[in-house]
Amino acid sequence: MATKTGTHAGQQAAKPAAALSNDEILRYSRHLIMPEVGMDGQLKLKQAKVLCIGTGGLGAPLGLYLAAAGVGRIGLVDFDAVDFTNLQRQVLFGTSDVGRPKISAAADRLRNLNPEIQIDTFETHLSSENALDILADYDIVVDGTDNFPTRYLVNDACALLGKPNVYGSIFRFEGQVTIFGAPGGPCYRCLYPEPPPPGLVPSCAEGGVLGVLPGIIGTIQACETLKLIIGKGEPMIGRLMLFDALAMKFRELKLRKNPECPVCGEHRTITKLIDYAEFCGIRGEEAPTTVTNIPEITPRELKTRMDRGDDLFILDVREPHEFQICNLDGHLIPLGELPRRVNELDSSREIVAHCRSGKRSADAVDFLRKAGFRKIWNLKGGILAWSDEVDPTVPKY
Amino acid sequence: MAVKVIIPTPLRAYAGKQDSVELQAATVAEALSGLTNKFGDLKKHLFNEDGKLRSFVNVYVNDEDIRYLQKDQTQLREGDTISIVPSIAGGAR
Repeated sequence: MATKTGTHAGQQAAKPAAALSNDEILRYSRHLIMPEVGMDGQLKLKQAKVLCIGTGGLGAPLGLYLAAAGVGRIGLVDFDAVDFTNLQRQVLFGTSDVGRPKISAAADRLRNLNPEIQIDTFETHLSSENALDILADYDIVVDGTDNFPTRYLVNDACALLGKPNVYGSIFRFEGQVTIFGAPGGPCYRCLYPEPPPPGLVPSCAEGGVLGVLPGIIGTIQACETLKLIIGKGEPMIGRLMLFDALAMKFRELKLRKNPECPVCGEHRTITKLIDYAEFCGIRGEEAPTTVTNIPEITPRELKTRMDRGDDLFILDVREPHEFQICNLDGHLIPLGELPRRVNELDSSREIVAHCRSGKRSADAVDFLRKAGFRKIWNLKGGILAWSDEVDPTVPKY
Repeated sequence: MAVKVIIPTPLRAYAGKQDSVELQAATVAEALSGLTNKFGDLKKHLFNEDGKLRSFVNVYVNDEDIRYLQKDQTQLREGDTISIVPSIAGGAR
């Protein structure tokens, strides 16, 4: 599964493994002349092993700065391929990388940046089965993933193995950074014992993200990682940094270790990795909002019915700014406003609800059915599927 | 007590798109009920059916987590800042 490749500096056979070559001394000169890093710190960086989970928005600046700084071994875990929507923020990748596995594109870029270091690649989903093996070889784990199950998985694996977890998370123009899992410090479960039920908190793909935000947050994660390695400064242990890019404000909150924490408290109940999809889907504090048994209509069926002149009411439950990108000439009521604007709908008419991908509109259909609407369908796959199957001139976003 | 409640990005859509709200309250519970009275849509995002704060939403008075103060009975002082901090997971994709 893992391919471990990398180039070590040449001509070092005669030197101790920890020494720097002349090329490295030149490369890291601006670190070496600074007493806070110096030769000692640079050698610590060279001997350090850091695992980056995710090579997307946060992983991009993180990987670049860790590689540039001379972290001797960097592991990358990702399973995704580069797509066009990544390029707005994932600065590891160029347009010519679209379609390539992120892990390969990232490794190429980092090796080009610094051939003195070793890059390990793990093209896989991090899972309960492989996480402990993958994490075992590294000193520090940096979490740049994008979903709650993996967040809890990384947290628990780090807590079980006693490894610090440099955490960063983003949403639209707001970010959070801290260090979990440091000796004596809190973990992610101390902060949030349970994840939100699926569907309540939108992902970047649904909620959007200001492109530069992961750059800022990922760079702070890189900074904290380097500080942990060289042992200088005040690491963000027990401190939660909140960043709001619109207000351009950093705020710091106290983060305490929860004595009752199930994974790092005194009477821990979690002693091995669990099923995180189940934990995040079913063990939430309410039933998942992702509903099933919703009546659906496919884009082709809808097109056929529209061409036939059937009297259909198209309900678009996206946000107004999404409507501006493209629309099916529907009546716009954002999902969040539906409960108080339901009187705009005529339950005697046939209604087809749609959103971007079909998820929000499924919630809308579920809500309206509970409100007594009977002639209502969800457009399967949303406007994305409409673009794929019916009208390719409708842009996808 | 005049206090300020900072609304996090994911919840601004349910709070009239505002990033903060000033209101009068003597305790955290009063501040949060004042907030949800003003913005009804916020309620289900902050509280579960039993009226308890959801476990993925933390509330801070200034820089301290109310779980380590007197929870929702934490007393407020003039000028305190209350932060609502829900978990967010974005990062890679």
